[in-house]
Amino acid sequence: MLKVQSPTTTKTLISPGRLLLWVGVILMVGFCLAPVLWQLLTSFKTNAAISTIPTIYWPNWNQLTAAHYIGLGGEFLRYMGNSFFVSFISTCLCLVVGAPAAYSLARLKIPGENIILGLILIVSLFPYVLLFLGLLEIVKAVGIGNNYIALIVPYTAINLPLTILVLRSFFQQLPKDLEDSAKMDGYNTVAMLQHIVLPMTIPALVTTGILTFIFAWNEFIFALTFITRPEMETIPVAVAKIGGASVFEIPYGPIAAATVLGTIPLVILVLLFQRRIVQGITAGAVKG
Amino acid sequence: MTQDTLRQRDQRTGWFLVIPALLILLLVFAYPILRAFWLSLFTQNLGTQLQAEFTGLTNYGRLVGDSRFWQSLGNTTIFTVLSIIVELVIGLAFALILNQTFRGRGLVRTITLIPWALPTAVMGLAWAWIFNDQFGVVNDLLLRLGILETGITWLGEPTRAMFALIFADVWKTTPFIAILLLAGLQSIPKDLYEAHAIDGASPVQSFWQITLPLIAPQILIALLFRFAQSFGIFDLVQVMTGGGPAGATETVSIYIYAMVRRYLDFGYGAALVVVTFLILVVAIALTAFLLARARINVSGER
Repeated sequence: MLKVQSPTTTKTLISPGRLLLWVGVILMVGFCLAPVLWQLLTSFKTNAAISTIPTIYWPNWNQLTAAHYIGLGGEFLRYMGNSFFVSFISTCLCLVVGAPAAYSLARLKIPGENIILGLILIVSLFPYVLLFLGLLEIVKAVGIGNNYIALIVPYTAINLPLTILVLRSFFQQLPKDLEDSAKMDGYNTVAMLQHIVLPMTIPALVTTGILTFIFAWNEFIFALTFITRPEMETIPVAVAKIGGASVFEIPYGPIAAATVLGTIPLVILVLLFQRRIVQGITAGAVKG
Repeated sequence: MTQDTLRQRDQRTGWFLVIPALLILLLVFAYPILRAFWLSLFTQNLGTQLQAEFTGLTNYGRLVGDSRFWQSLGNTTIFTVLSIIVELVIGLAFALILNQTFRGRGLVRTITLIPWALPTAVMGLAWAWIFNDQFGVVNDLLLRLGILETGITWLGEPTRAMFALIFADVWKTTPFIAILLLAGLQSIPKDLYEAHAIDGASPVQSFWQITLPLIAPQILIALLFRFAQSFGIFDLVQVMTGGGPAGATETVSIYIYAMVRRYLDFGYGAALVVVTFLILVVAIALTAFLLARARINVSGER
């Protein structure tokens, strides 16, 4: 009897430590999700429901609408497309340029390696506001205002430090025997990279690519400065402009709908690639 | 001989592989900074019809007496220090929670990543709505809890606007710190705690005597990254308050941006860039120095 009873009693009694843990978990999840959920709720409320005091937390059917989303219309899809294009291209460029550099810094003992690494690390700490003035001059001089090159090149650059650091730490963990035996078989370095190393690198490239895509998607100050044609704007700028469009009557509903739509691609990325994102962040920061 | 030529060929390939990346980095990072140093010696604004005229250190003289600059520097410092302290404390709490085993931990970890991944400019609007004077949910909750009797102005009042900014920044960046610190926590061997417990130490004592010293490097790295980002904060402030009310939340980057884009004062804007850059470099060098020492200490203790 005793032997049967004792496990059940310990199961029903939650230890204070566990209780504290669960309170912490609930607070943490609430803190992270509350603003997002609040935007989601606002985006589906009618204007009347949005401006009702006290605030409505559980709207009835009459207080719900999809009008804010419909009102955003095709224009918003274009912004999504713009953001996707710029982020995707700059991510590809970043990997194409960054991966060879990372390999070189991991394996081929070039002179000045540590200086280059140190510079890359320092550069990753620069706030973009220090760069936009000089870049603006270049953009004007070359005449690439309102051309996505003016975004793609800076986005590639701001993501290169992270790309190089993450991929370098990946290359360092690869077993060197494989490369050595490939060289024995007569591959030169570039051919060996293409045929032996690249296929093994794909998971690491995906990890890095997700991070660079997110950073490019979220970038604000360059997009605000170098692109002035409304139809070419990227998501962060386009959404911010909805917010600043009218001084007297701020369109809360459309803003909420726009924030939800503009963040959905990123929420999906996080849901799909949580583990890789965590790996990337820690490898980029800690192993540098 | 063949060893040597092989090595030389490797080095040549190495440079060949690294140079495209270096060129892009030089173009986007080094050139603008160097250019700012040069441009800061010129007056180039509407007064000179946007022509650059060499005026030496005039811009720096102007900067010394520019109370708006010093105010923005003060605002930036307050914002940076307070947000980083709060982020470190909450981030450490997050990391400690995520380091436990519990059902649904994977999902919880995913959820905590969401604030980090969302665009700051976009979520800044969400926060402005949350802190709205009339219909904001913060006012409503405080009224329901009986903490307030009437709704108050948040973004229109200097101290509360700063509070709202810090709150939004903490929300956005705590996950990043939590991830870094969690990596630190996971690298601590479990038997250290067991041995310490056998010695009669309480969990709280182990936290102070084992956990904190051993994750000191991660704390410093998080500090370094967060300091640099926070010191250059632009999008959140631009979207939430625009630097207002009356410059009470104007950070250095907002001021620089306005100087260049609104007042078209490129020379003085460049001087502001240079000074901000130098402040950052000094601060980063200090942290890096501490970091190097912390690493040595940790390995020494182990």
